[in-house]
Amino acid sequence: MYGWIWRTLPGNTSAKLAGCAVLVVVAVALLYLVIFPWLEPMLPLNRVTVGQ
Amino acid sequence: MPNAVRTTVRGIGQILITLGVVVLLFIGYELWFTDVLNARTQHRLTTKLEKQWSEGDDPLVRPSGSPSGPASPGPGGQPLPGESVRQVPLGTGIAIIRIPRFGLDYARTIVQGTGEAQLNDGPGHYVDSPLPGAVGNVAIAGHRVSKGSPFLDLDKLLPGDAIVIETKDFWYTYRVLGDAATGSFTANTPDGIPGREIVSSTDSEVLDPVPDHPGQRPTMRMITLTTCHPKFSASHRMIVHGLLAGVPYPRSAGDPPALRPAG
Repeated sequence: MYGWIWRTLPGNTSAKLAGCAVLVVVAVALLYLVIFPWLEPMLPLNRVTVGQ
Repeated sequence: MPNAVRTTVRGIGQILITLGVVVLLFIGYELWFTDVLNARTQHRLTTKLEKQWSEGDDPLVRPSGSPSGPASPGPGGQPLPGESVRQVPLGTGIAIIRIPRFGLDYARTIVQGTGEAQLNDGPGHYVDSPLPGAVGNVAIAGHRVSKGSPFLDLDKLLPGDAIVIETKDFWYTYRVLGDAATGSFTANTPDGIPGREIVSSTDSEVLDPVPDHPGQRPTMRMITLTTCHPKFSASHRMIVHGLLAGVPYPRSAGDPPALRPAG
């Protein structure tokens, strides 16, 4: 998977590194801003009320 | 084919490593990122509430002649206690809670409502509980971990500790029930209501006007804080009960005694 990404990214090594950095930022942003906020209410981590 | 096996094993390994990294990122999200977001939200809520107060506007009091529907009149034509507070829109900052045991700088703006969205913003006021300072039981829920962790240290509260609620005109100082001399949460408490108890998530009696005494008419002015217990768990709830101590302290007179540095 990661090998395929590396081979698919265009340019020389430094361009590939820059592409990797962009992909990492996009992945983390997607997790923090979309996926985790959606996932979190389904996890029993933070039930603080009674009788609801 | 050894090559196919190798590719498959490598793919599985990469997926497992990726999932591990995602779990670590989630821990970072819970323990750091939600705190950052909550600090910004709290700052906004507090600034707005203090601005409203300075302009003479109290979000707990409906503007007179407001068309938002008549409250059912109680004796003397006055709205029953708790009627007006139920009409405060969800998510509105309504008061500020300070707990000196958590540090003299500890202050959180309480929002109306105890839904997921409101509790992400700050400690939430159960909409069916009365106004701060009123006869009955003011109930507030707060996150133990993440979202600013307002009630992280609820287990550190001791009998006699102050829970101070700041509203537009008054400070209300509640004291955790129990015997401050011995540290017992069950000694010398009115109606046998303990200062702290661990209950199941369905035990809504702790929110009753007289906590743990369903159907009884309230005469005391109580506060009840709820959070999860143990940390990171949905199995139980930690409940702290307090009783209003003394008379409301005018906000215009500065900090109440409970918030002044010792000595």
